[in-house]
Amino acid sequence: MSEAQTQIPVTVLTGYLGAGKTTLLNRILSENHGKRYAVIVNEFGEIGIDNDLIVESDEEIYEMNNGCVCCTVRGDLIRVVEGLMRRPGRFDAIVVETTGLADPVPVAQTFFMDEDVRSKTRLDAVVALVDAKHLPLRLKDSKEAEDQIAFADVVVLNKTDLVTPEELRAVEATIRAINPAARIHRTERSGVDLSEVLDRGAFDLKRALENDPHFLEADEHAHHDHDGHDHGHHGHDHAHPAAIHDVTVQSVSLRGGEMDQKKFFPWIEKVTQMEGPNILRLKGIIAFKGDDERYVIQGVHMIIEGDHQRAWKDGEAHATRLVFIGRDLDAEKLRKSFEACQAA
Amino acid sequence: MPTVAPLDLSGHCVAAVFLGNVPHFALADGSIHRLDNGHKTEQVHDGLLAAVLDPAGDRLITGGEDGKVFAVTAGGSAQELASAGRKWITSVAAGPQGAIAYGSGKTAFVRFADGKVKDFQHPRSVEGVAFAPKGMRIGVARYNGATLHFPAAEGKPVELEWAGAHTGISFSPDGNFLVTTMQENALHGWKLADGKHMRMSGYPAKVKSLSWAAKGKWLASAGAPAAIVWPFQAKDGPMGKAPLELGTRGNTMVTCVACHPSQDVVAIGYEDGMIIAARFADAKEVLLRRPGKGAITAMMWDKAEQRVAFGSAAGDCGVIDITA
Repeated sequence: MSEAQTQIPVTVLTGYLGAGKTTLLNRILSENHGKRYAVIVNEFGEIGIDNDLIVESDEEIYEMNNGCVCCTVRGDLIRVVEGLMRRPGRFDAIVVETTGLADPVPVAQTFFMDEDVRSKTRLDAVVALVDAKHLPLRLKDSKEAEDQIAFADVVVLNKTDLVTPEELRAVEATIRAINPAARIHRTERSGVDLSEVLDRGAFDLKRALENDPHFLEADEHAHHDHDGHDHGHHGHDHAHPAAIHDVTVQSVSLRGGEMDQKKFFPWIEKVTQMEGPNILRLKGIIAFKGDDERYVIQGVHMIIEGDHQRAWKDGEAHATRLVFIGRDLDAEKLRKSFEACQAA
Repeated sequence: MPTVAPLDLSGHCVAAVFLGNVPHFALADGSIHRLDNGHKTEQVHDGLLAAVLDPAGDRLITGGEDGKVFAVTAGGSAQELASAGRKWITSVAAGPQGAIAYGSGKTAFVRFADGKVKDFQHPRSVEGVAFAPKGMRIGVARYNGATLHFPAAEGKPVELEWAGAHTGISFSPDGNFLVTTMQENALHGWKLADGKHMRMSGYPAKVKSLSWAAKGKWLASAGAPAAIVWPFQAKDGPMGKAPLELGTRGNTMVTCVACHPSQDVVAIGYEDGMIIAARFADAKEVLLRRPGKGAITAMMWDKAEQRVAFGSAAGDCGVIDITA
């Protein structure tokens, strides 16, 4: 293109009806940050959204014609984004508010799989609103509530004033079990600092794990922004399916030393090809032998991206950390085959 | 050597057409500009998404973000034909006897000349609408195929199935074929007499522009470094035949095609703003416009076959006079 166009950041808000999405959205739209937003909604909620530029679209999940069942995109988003981007001067960023039952995967994949959308926008982060009081019930009756958490970069654990400290700890442990890589923010009335939700660069390989310096460190709660809570009881090894009731998503966290590039790339390729349908998200920092830069990867189902992020710092351990979040993952097989990729 | 009368606007040009022999340019911001003894502008929509020429009525049918459908006639006057609420009007079509069609969400609407409106609900979104050249019949592009309706009669729609997302739709001028653009880099076609499939693939990008040549003998398409022109002379269309590749360039893509009204010639617009004309018979090329600011998004020949109106994604529009 001869017009130099910057990619517009897109924030996806997921969460069940009543979790506080609209409250958060209205805060995003009304707070004084000098940014203008275009909002894409699938249904107008009971609470109004106060914004000049709101587009209502019908959720359209399109399977791509390539024989891969997990390669789905949101046709309505492709069309709406195309329309919006024809008048780019009107807004600085886009927020997609999904319905309570929406599958976040096609939404995210749209921003990777559609060339037109990808050239004009970039997915910034998937933010899941969770109602602290009702999450246990939601997990019982729907797969979507779990998927939304599993897929999120940021989880806003809302309505914490409606539960006891014990209930809150249990709910947070459940979220952690579903998704050890997400940042969790406890809030009342969606009162999260907007800088924790917007402009996260969660899908930006250069930035994603920079925001999260303690990504998958031995203490999985090192980046928790609350302190004084005892989480010791679930500091177990997440290589096993979550032992928490009503949770079917599991995560497999792998740690190792320096890897052999010639073994690692064919391995991750094969894993994402074979296990793609079962993998919701994957993220990792890879240390390659003989490489003085950190390599970061991330994936959604069968889509995988990787790039050098930055030079290793002096004294920084050249360690590899990788997490798979999904269903029916064979943790033992993943671990063994991962370990076989380590450099001699 | 062709000469270009430029019209430098700001914004994405959705349609460039001749109304009453006057070039009109419809921009995504909803403004309609014309070169009629000087540059004149009318603001029609708050956001224009789709526009199609109604040759019979010599008017431009437009649909917008404001949920409205307008008919714009020469001189820039706009008449509101319909309003579908708060959802976007994402596609429009012009048909026989003054009828128009438009799509919004999962509904396709047909508005007859007398103002009566009939709606057709679909289980999935209406991605594109088009009228058949003869009879009162519309085609709707949708997920996993196309649906044909007969708005003037009661009766069941005809479903044409093909897996995948169909995003746009066009009947051949003789009414024998229906072709859809797809979310994947391909066209799909049906021979309407027997429902036979035609798969036209191999494009490196999505096909966003189609144009039928005179008498429907050829179908030109964008989405590749050349204009891909499929032969439709045979009774089974292009099946088993290779398309022509005209105006091949190594460093850019074809973004818009417009066939000449009577001869086997196509105007080809590229991503860098260049426009050429190419002849089917010998692939001979003539430069019509040098590269500009944005990808060519709209083109149309005038009835006298002397001028081509064009518009781009960046708003550098104009009229090419090929006789000069």
